[in-house]
Amino acid sequence: MTGGERIEDRALLRGRGRFIDDLPAPPRTLHAAILRSPHAHARVGRVSAPEGVRLFSGQEIAAGLRPFIAVLRTPMRHFPVATGKVRYVGEPVAVVLAEDRYRAEDALELVEVEYEPLPAVVSPSAAIAEGAPLLHEAAGTNLANRRRFSYGDPEGAFAAADHRFAIEVRYPRSAVTPIECFGLVAAWDPDADAFEVTAPFQGPFALHPVMAAALGVPANRLRLRTPPDSGGSFGIKQGLAPYIVLMAAVARLAGRPVKWIEDRLEHLTAAGSATNRETRLEAAVMADGRVTALRYRQLEDCGAYIKAPEPATLYRMHGAMTGAYDIPNLEVENSIAVTNKTPSGLNRGFGGPQVYFPLERLMHRIADRLGLDRLEVLRRNLVKATPHRTASGALYDSGDFGAVIDLARPALDELHARRAAVRAEGRLYGVGMAAAVEPTVSNMGYITTVLEHEQRLAGGLKNGALAAATVAIDPHGGVTVTADSIPQGQGHATVLAETVARMFGLTPRDIRVVTEFDSARDAWSIAAGNYSCRFAPAVAGTAWRAAGSLRDRLARLAAARLDLPLEDIRFEGGMVGAGPDKEVPFARLAGLAHWSPGTLPQGVEPALRATEFWSPPELGPPDAEDRINASAAYGFIFDICGVEVDADTGRVRIDRYATAHDAGRLLHRPMADGQVRGGLSNAIGATLFEAFVYDEAGQPLAGTFADYPPPTACEVPDPEILHLESPSPFTPLGAKGIGEGNAMSAPPCIANAVADALGVEDLELPLTPARVAALLP
Amino acid sequence: MPRMTVNGEAVEAAAEPRLLLSDFLRHTLGLTGTHVGCEHGVCGACTVLIDGRPARSCLAFAVQCEGAEIMTVEGLEEGPLHTAFRRHFALQCGFCTAGILMSLTAFLRETPRPSEREVREVLSGHLCRCTGYTPIVAAALEAADA
Repeated sequence: MTGGERIEDRALLRGRGRFIDDLPAPPRTLHAAILRSPHAHARVGRVSAPEGVRLFSGQEIAAGLRPFIAVLRTPMRHFPVATGKVRYVGEPVAVVLAEDRYRAEDALELVEVEYEPLPAVVSPSAAIAEGAPLLHEAAGTNLANRRRFSYGDPEGAFAAADHRFAIEVRYPRSAVTPIECFGLVAAWDPDADAFEVTAPFQGPFALHPVMAAALGVPANRLRLRTPPDSGGSFGIKQGLAPYIVLMAAVARLAGRPVKWIEDRLEHLTAAGSATNRETRLEAAVMADGRVTALRYRQLEDCGAYIKAPEPATLYRMHGAMTGAYDIPNLEVENSIAVTNKTPSGLNRGFGGPQVYFPLERLMHRIADRLGLDRLEVLRRNLVKATPHRTASGALYDSGDFGAVIDLARPALDELHARRAAVRAEGRLYGVGMAAAVEPTVSNMGYITTVLEHEQRLAGGLKNGALAAATVAIDPHGGVTVTADSIPQGQGHATVLAETVARMFGLTPRDIRVVTEFDSARDAWSIAAGNYSCRFAPAVAGTAWRAAGSLRDRLARLAAARLDLPLEDIRFEGGMVGAGPDKEVPFARLAGLAHWSPGTLPQGVEPALRATEFWSPPELGPPDAEDRINASAAYGFIFDICGVEVDADTGRVRIDRYATAHDAGRLLHRPMADGQVRGGLSNAIGATLFEAFVYDEAGQPLAGTFADYPPPTACEVPDPEILHLESPSPFTPLGAKGIGEGNAMSAPPCIANAVADALGVEDLELPLTPARVAALLP
Repeated sequence: MPRMTVNGEAVEAAAEPRLLLSDFLRHTLGLTGTHVGCEHGVCGACTVLIDGRPARSCLAFAVQCEGAEIMTVEGLEEGPLHTAFRRHFALQCGFCTAGILMSLTAFLRETPRPSEREVREVLSGHLCRCTGYTPIVAAALEAADA
């Protein structure tokens, strides 16, 4: 394990970061402002502005575009700008360009749009009910898809069960809202018929060909670059994709480069969020608390359009619907609705919170209803050994889940004692726990689980997750690394430098990591990007392999030059060879390859640049029975917390939080802990404070950080973080992801504690003081 | 044409009356270390010192700062706060960091021996989505101790 100071910090602390809005714009750049719909649902008539306003209407823009390609082939066409109808508040209707952002926003005031308002539908169950207003008339329904899955013998298990317990959950919408909003610069080169866009897009780059197709160009004519720094993303900046297409199209129409910087109102209204979901989960339970079957009925709300890569939120967890438990029988019914709300997208935890909240709340309920110890019921159902294949196809790769629970056991005992003491004083105190399996490195084929197998066969079976990295050595022995991930604060440069330095016996200072991504020059494939925690398990490991292939080359060269057997060659302290008098400086060896390629020993390739691609073979396509291993590796988390509820105000204070992880091998312990703290902080926001609330007419009620309040330093506790390290057998460095787990485990953990404090069964997020106060005894 | 001192240098540049101080610093003067996160005064990312006191530069007009002394993150001398932030991994994406450094600089000057509670209260004027705040609190307390 390493863990030195971050290479990134010096520049960022001195104000020398280079974020999108810091970069110089190309000459003649115009600044864009987006005219957005004030209606949740309306027909759009004439869009007009006085002469002199550089206005581009939705009709005009969309005329040069094709609808976005989607996994689900439905007649619900999606363009990055409204054509004919608006379907959510904030949907782009037109774009105005001006010499600066102030003037562009002035010009918006001059644009007139004729709207014919239509009735809106906000909740997914209302949307699929008889007689609901239709969002997409051509589809004839607001139900975009429904599929039923059965694994094992759920019917038999429910018939044989001693008990059936169920829970119903309406999981709300929230998003981690990076402090840097969206932004981009788009230009069109008429001579090359090519677009050049710079944006802190985070991937997945499966969306790159989708964007190019929408623009009607081959993917090699959409050059997408990222700035050196990105002010956070947490999945959300995947939502830049439609804006990249929108502004590229406008740049082509205008014949000038276009810069767009989103403001916070736009972001909170229209950037995107996690899905909200209505779930009914039922368990078949034996008298001893053993769960023999689960039955999920999930109704997903993707908002007004099934925006690529949706409906991925619903299917990312499909292989892992039984969570950390060994439950052989499973039934799942998945429905996907469209509603008059902002289209959903990636958000930290992606699909996990919506599953773990009902599952972990139900496990708590099962123990209580049976009068059993909650931890005992959890343990009785836990996956006992790995590797473990779940009912729906996930392959849990490594780890001893029980051993991770043991790490947190002392803290749990202390919390129970504390609860007794606090309650004795007449105050409200509760203890909660939750277990979760954290999936990492997404299988590019899992989204196709939404299709029938025949449809999958017809389209070609999709699978795998290619990662790419390049390592190059210059004539002075300087090492440069590039990789197919887009850092948004996760310290990729530091980890890559430490990883590659270790391979060459150099110091991290000898390694230069270039994190700006360029789709025209870098090695990448569709899985590229920074999501599903793929960096540590996939990308860093691929860089390690690329460095290894260069090291092999240099070792052969050193062996020949020093006349030593290959197996004696070591890389240490900047030297290559077999100790004093039998070694050559790393830099000199690199120079030889560059300056004397004609006299290298036979079989030694002179090129000191290696690009490696890697895809885990465990990631197959969904099989004919719809089993899918949606992720390459699975970490395990066990969380416990103690909360005190203010008996007067209903305010929930997290008194203590402990989180035990097995994320495989940790590449950088302080940064791994940083991911845990960040994920937990986001989860506390989603659990206690944040929600994108809409009124019945579809008007969003949270347009500022005052109405949508992320937690501050006064609400986020200092968690105790515990680790076990069971290396994954499936990733090059044995690492797994760690950044998303607490986003999944903490909402039910905190809610279980609040339920324990109040003695109530049903809770709806977020647990705001007003909502909790209504439940006070 | 407001005249002011920015990071110790006299500055005079054209500014429409409605130009925000944040945009004046970033786009007129090219001091892009000050970041804009919400433009409504909640997130704290754009905090600078105006005559030594922390202020949201997105809530001030450049013309209001006629004659003022402005300090931005670029003007801070490298010191114990920077070192402590690096040691404690108190930043990830670094977007909120400049504003936090400015607030803490002013705070630690007035409260050289703060309690954790006081540090958390000052930080509650800043939103950070990456760190969960704990490392920032630790860095501030360590810098105060230095």
